[in-house]
Amino acid sequence: MGIVAYARKHAAFLAFSAVAMCAPLFIGNKYYLSILAFTATRLMVALGLNLLMGQAGQVSLGHAAFVAIGAYGSAVMTTRWSVNPWLAMLVAALLAAGVAAILGVPTLKLRGHYLAMATLGFGEIVFILLVQLKGLTLGTDGISGIPSLTIGSLDFGRPRAYHWLAWGVALLMLRMSLNLVDSRVGRSLRALDRAEIAALSLGVNTSFRKVQVFVVSAVFASVAGSFYVHYIHYISPDSFSVTFSVVLVTTVVLGGLGNVWGAVWGSIFMLFLPEYLKRFNQDYTNLVFGLMLIVVMIFLPGGLVGLRHVPARLRRRFTPPDALPAEDT
Amino acid sequence: MSFDQFLQYISSGITSGSIYALTALGFTLIYNSTDIINFAQGEFVMLGGLVAISMHEWGAPLPLAFLVAVALVGIVGVIFEQLAIRPLLSAGVLAQIIVTIGASLAIRTVAMLIWGRESLPLPPFSGDSPIVILGASILPQTLWVLGLTLVIVVALQLFYRRTLTGKAVRACSVNPTAARLMGISYSRVVLLSFGLSAAISAAGGVMITPVSFMSYSAGALIGLKGFAACILGGLGNPVGAVAGGLILGILEALTVGFLPFSGSSGYKDGVAFLILLVILFARPQGLFGRRTVEKV
Amino acid sequence: MRNRYVALLVLALASLLVLAVTGCGGGTTTTTAAAEGPTTTASGDTGTTTAPASTESTAVAPTGDPIVIGAVLSATGPGSPLGEPERATLKMMETELNNAGGVLGRPVKIVIEDDQTNPKEAVTAVTKLLQQDKAIAVLGSSTSPSTLAIKPITEQAGIPLIALAAANKITEPPIDWTWRAPPRDALAVQKALEYISGVMKLKKIGLLHDENAYGASGAAEIEKRIGDFGLEVVAKESYKTEDTDLTAQLTKIKAANPEVIVVWGTNPGPAVAAKNMKQLGMTQPYVGSHGIANKKFIDLAGAAAEGVIFPAGRLLVPSSFTDPAQKSVVDTFVAAYKEATGQMPPTFAGHAFGGLTLLVNAITKAGSTDAAAVQKALNETRGVATPDGIYNYTTTDHDGLTVDDLTVVKIQNGTWVLAE
Repeated sequence: MGIVAYARKHAAFLAFSAVAMCAPLFIGNKYYLSILAFTATRLMVALGLNLLMGQAGQVSLGHAAFVAIGAYGSAVMTTRWSVNPWLAMLVAALLAAGVAAILGVPTLKLRGHYLAMATLGFGEIVFILLVQLKGLTLGTDGISGIPSLTIGSLDFGRPRAYHWLAWGVALLMLRMSLNLVDSRVGRSLRALDRAEIAALSLGVNTSFRKVQVFVVSAVFASVAGSFYVHYIHYISPDSFSVTFSVVLVTTVVLGGLGNVWGAVWGSIFMLFLPEYLKRFNQDYTNLVFGLMLIVVMIFLPGGLVGLRHVPARLRRRFTPPDALPAEDT
Repeated sequence: MSFDQFLQYISSGITSGSIYALTALGFTLIYNSTDIINFAQGEFVMLGGLVAISMHEWGAPLPLAFLVAVALVGIVGVIFEQLAIRPLLSAGVLAQIIVTIGASLAIRTVAMLIWGRESLPLPPFSGDSPIVILGASILPQTLWVLGLTLVIVVALQLFYRRTLTGKAVRACSVNPTAARLMGISYSRVVLLSFGLSAAISAAGGVMITPVSFMSYSAGALIGLKGFAACILGGLGNPVGAVAGGLILGILEALTVGFLPFSGSSGYKDGVAFLILLVILFARPQGLFGRRTVEKV
Repeated sequence: MRNRYVALLVLALASLLVLAVTGCGGGTTTTTAAAEGPTTTASGDTGTTTAPASTESTAVAPTGDPIVIGAVLSATGPGSPLGEPERATLKMMETELNNAGGVLGRPVKIVIEDDQTNPKEAVTAVTKLLQQDKAIAVLGSSTSPSTLAIKPITEQAGIPLIALAAANKITEPPIDWTWRAPPRDALAVQKALEYISGVMKLKKIGLLHDENAYGASGAAEIEKRIGDFGLEVVAKESYKTEDTDLTAQLTKIKAANPEVIVVWGTNPGPAVAAKNMKQLGMTQPYVGSHGIANKKFIDLAGAAAEGVIFPAGRLLVPSSFTDPAQKSVVDTFVAAYKEATGQMPPTFAGHAFGGLTLLVNAITKAGSTDAAAVQKALNETRGVATPDGIYNYTTTDHDGLTVDDLTVVKIQNGTWVLAE
């Protein structure tokens, strides 16, 4: 494929990457840079969860735990055992993958939402362990003094350098997700969501595919946790309660299920909206999130990225009901 | 450990377990008619307690406060169903689960705005001098909760088996399409389930408040435990839900008592969720489950 | 069909919002402060509007660029019972300071950011304060995890941070730029243990603590210090803040035959524990933490609160102030707070008052807002009185308080009296 054809095919991705990577050149204010930095790590988690929910039709209610594995894995290994941060990130990601496989294999064989239940329980157990295993995690005191990421003399503790690194990785994950959705695997995953039996009879190994995507989402979350912790330099269990798992699900749902770009818009929206709401009264933040979850599910199942289909939907709504094709939910 | 102590742990377990059981019943009612796991269930418990507290503050006697709380939260359940669940009845379980998560966030926040952030007390229904049975002390309030649980389970069984509406609900849970073909109004069954489920959870909330106080954030943990109890007893089985709740409460109390090291209570909550995982892996239909679990 | 639901939904959402926005009038008093006004900046109105106010005093109206002081408070989220009174205090003091001629003749502008009791938000908030508002010093945060998250940032930027949270770790090195206003957890623990061994003459402790940061760090400190007082922890159990029943934990503790029960946590846990102890017929004395230094504990525990003993700041029993200078500072503060909010100041309001007082004192002494000069002046703080105590900072002691700044309080007839 020629360069022009490639550029045309991936115009959206290339444009978005250009904007994301050039942003620090125009933003001098570290406050905005820090919001963008958190957006990058949120995007990493959201991409994985988006694949799981949108492509495999499964929900994880304990994704905070996978972020915690990455974050605490990096924090503990670098501060206590002086492991190289990059190696620590890799080991933590492998651990997350292993745990995801153990959780996924038995539950994803079953029809229904057993993964949701299992991840909910798993998330709580991880949270309890973070608090109780004081010898390892320092309990509720949290771990401070976590070093920045470096390569040789290149220090990614600086806001701009961190921005490029974190967004570079996030964009890489975005590209991977887009490719996955386009690939044969992606098509078989969507088949799972729509018609499991049909997919099965066509020879798609449904439960294996689901486990695969769950493991990928756990790895994305773990890597995000590692990046987060090398940026914020301090970590405590509070950040990884079930509430955070719910916030993650909200991010993906608001952005839009079934479309990788939903994760992008969801992440951006969920990090900038609270900054905006702050000006009024933050007590309402959760009320707004909750109502938006309901409203989006009912009226806008495609989330923010689904907004572009709204005109068509409206047109259909005003046609006589018996002329309607079946709702494509 | 002496026998007295053992009995005391059992009694502690029953106190916590009875509220898990009532919450689990709420989950069961909704799951049975819709296959939805209602993540806002704990919020109904919380609302029940807080409404009763306000009623009592305004001078209503406890029985009246109880009834008003149950009725009001029942109505909240119905409204919730009408607004959020009804439009999604055919939209797939994932969408429905997410809507209940959204509702739980919204209800919790509204409760915080109304009642503030701090815990609020409610006096016990019949005094707080403990009753000592075989060396284990138990609060009269716990007996109230247990009694209520029993009454509700029996009433539900009668309702499901003896009344036409109850049979309709069961028919819908077995096969909604066939039930509809038989002229049963599925949507009415769902509406009824949400109303009843919210009312039962609210009753539990009122009952437990004199023992443990109530605050806007208390519903989350109770909901999670009730959910674990449901899985333990087998999703969709009312008797299993109650048994699951009591077993879970007692196991938690015994974790504190039996683990030989000091500080073992830190792992008490872990037990609930560990059981949940083990059950999901080893026996997804639960201890008392009858519903078949389909393998893909 | 569908349209009906659409209409219903819109109607209900609208009414829900109306309900929420109007503050819900539902027979409550606690949320009024939360429902009013934005939690963020003081929106720069101080520079201009304060001038007419100076007519009431002899102070010269402040002129020039405002001195910007940042504050990161946990105004919403679980930490809001701390952050809210702190916010009210800082707002009140901002007006007072400017009415009294400002600081160094310049108006003071306090920019308050809410961290939602979340370390991540605290990092964003402090970055904004330093970068966007150019704060010359920062107060906060209300809670320990948030404070520990912002400390590396202010340390690196070389900007003074007056912490308002209690975890011991906050004033462990590096502390070039970090000081603390409230008494640290260790002081309250020391006070409680001193009382148990010295006054009650008891030895065997049954320890019950919350698993949250407050309870866990208190319990760790107790275990670290018991040796110094010849005490012994015979049983140690914990609970989650929302646990409905603690009889299982107490049964295990009871079996170890302790002479005194120490409960370290914040409401509602300690109140449940007090009631459960009665239920189990446990007659040992109950020693709590400063986490129950509020009316709420008495409301919740009711009769079971009688006789409960706990260490607390002197603000709880104002008659316990003995130092005349401190007494007059406290009287003025209490009167002003009552006028501004209609309530007695909780302990946390005292922390914010203390933090800002210490900072303003240092700026005045330094005669400039230059970071290094303020740092030097803070380290030379001697004998500054606030409701929390009388402060003496040095280059190595950034807590400034001693155990004598605390007192031991007992609950009697539903109110607080000095123990002994």
